Amino acid sequence: MTALLEAGGIGCTVGGRELLADVDLAVHAGEILALLGPNGAGKSTLLSVLAGDRRPDRGEVRIDGRPLAAYRPAELARRRALLPQTHEVSFPFPAAEVVRMGRAPWTGRCSAAEDEAAVARATTATDCAHLAGRPFTALSGGERARVALARVLAQDTALLLLDEPTAALDLRHQELVLRIARERADAGRGVVVVLHDLTLAAAHADRIALLDAGRTVATGSTREVLDAELLGRVYRHPVEVLAHPRGGAPIVLPERPRGAD
Amino acid sequence: MTTAAPPERPAPVREEEPVRDRRPLLLAALTVALLACALLAAGTGAYAIPLGDLLASLAHRAHLGGHALERVPESVLWNVRLPRVVLALLVGAALGCAGALTQGVFGNPLAEPAVIGVSSGGAVGAVACIVLGLDALGSWTVTAAAFASGLLTVGAVYALSRSGGRTEVVTLLLTGVAVNAFCGALIGLLLFTADTAAISQVTFWQLGSLSQAGWTKVLAVLPFAALGLAVAPRYARRLDLLALGERPARHLGVDVERMRIVLVTAVALLTAAAVAVSGVIGFVGLVVPHLLRMLAGPGHRFLLPASAVGGALVLVAGDLAARTLAAPAELPLGVLTAFIGSPFFFWLLRRTRRRQGGWA
Repeated sequence: MTALLEAGGIGCTVGGRELLADVDLAVHAGEILALLGPNGAGKSTLLSVLAGDRRPDRGEVRIDGRPLAAYRPAELARRRALLPQTHEVSFPFPAAEVVRMGRAPWTGRCSAAEDEAAVARATTATDCAHLAGRPFTALSGGERARVALARVLAQDTALLLLDEPTAALDLRHQELVLRIARERADAGRGVVVVLHDLTLAAAHADRIALLDAGRTVATGSTREVLDAELLGRVYRHPVEVLAHPRGGAPIVLPERPRGAD
Repeated sequence: MTTAAPPERPAPVREEEPVRDRRPLLLAALTVALLACALLAAGTGAYAIPLGDLLASLAHRAHLGGHALERVPESVLWNVRLPRVVLALLVGAALGCAGALTQGVFGNPLAEPAVIGVSSGGAVGAVACIVLGLDALGSWTVTAAAFASGLLTVGAVYALSRSGGRTEVVTLLLTGVAVNAFCGALIGLLLFTADTAAISQVTFWQLGSLSQAGWTKVLAVLPFAALGLAVAPRYARRLDLLALGERPARHLGVDVERMRIVLVTAVALLTAAAVAVSGVIGFVGLVVPHLLRMLAGPGHRFLLPASAVGGALVLVAGDLAARTLAAPAELPLGVLTAFIGSPFFFWLLRRTRRRQGGWA
């Protein structure tokens, strides 16, 4: 497998506090890598380092074998897209226009028909064709999240970084988002997704990187990483890992005090 | 590279954007209104010039037939009216475009060029010249000082708010607030030491007026206004992307920091040039882009040129009103625009609240 993205020895220090220390990570074509970890573990910081927003104090990130710093912004925009956690648009652009903004890096490199096709695919896949004419600012939280995802999909990059894409979504749309991630991975893209729902990660990810206090404490297949003892230690709360009665995918549940029965 | 084809055929994106079709029409209507208003303004005044004579004289000078007028109307038209109309047009276009750019760069519909200190900085230079009696450049001293100190102030605001190669918008705006307050204090200090004649001259300058118009002033503004107006549309698409936020814009390949330096410079040039020749004329840069955004959506490819044309229209009409409403006296143009602009802005505010539950 070819590595789309490689990060080696990443370290970030802000105000004397180590946000990331010695993080190694590789994302391959065709896989979904889930970034898990408790609040403040450094997931979003790591994602912004991978996206090139934040220059790490130590270590280096390479995309297609080339260091991030060697890319011009527009070149990078044709290779990786990032879905942020929050979705704000300063002026009331119609949702369709917001999705079309995802095509900006391809201006002059794609025909109008290719642009429209990518926009139409992204809009249909995220179930937001009916929102096209509405101003983004008038949409609900879940609708905004889907339009923002459509914009990122329309960008049509080999590497997709999703920061908590399921946070604002209902059950159906959570599954929809991860199914889209799966389709992209199956088509040869690489997907990195930050998640809080461990069961969701278990069901959809190929590999998991578990972060705690800025370090990767485990990287591996879902079954390797989703270990009750390890998770209990990292999340500082005892958990149970069950096997799904059909297929055996791990289900992670926090241990709860039982009521008197 | 392979593409991810979804299992089902994608449905076409439904277009529900009736506003889109309105844009070219609106821009054309604004341009026609501007031309009509400019002709009206050129013919109206203490010495009325009929439209036929006006067109004949214009054609004559452009070597397209027509004929020269008698000595007096020809002189009134070419030495008094036309330079004033053209100056109003340039200043209005500069202020309107600078307003749209500022709102776009800061992603905030309430931003106007004054927030980065260009107006108050310009005023400090002008007031210092008047009060201290500086006249190194003769009658141009006030204009040149206003322009230079306006640019200098923007540069200072930008440099002060920069840290680690990046500028945060909030820091930039707050620095602007502090620098504006400092400039206000400087002006106050200068006025405190000034004599009565200087105070009345300063007051008049600050009210904003085009009564000192002439072809030389037009030529002084023209290069800066032209430069700013030419640069702005090149950034229209990138300003749309910036509406997503700085990080998403960067992810889409926009060099945000560079774009901001270029556009803040453009805003500074446009506004400083306008302030230098006309004093402080408020609310044009704030209200015109707002109104156009409401009429035809926030896309900057329309908004930037339309704000320039709209700003020009407002100032040509405003200046016509300023010199005819209380004739033979002349109202200060800045007072007039703020007098009409602020209640209008208030109305926009209420209307937007009613329609969308707040600014967006």
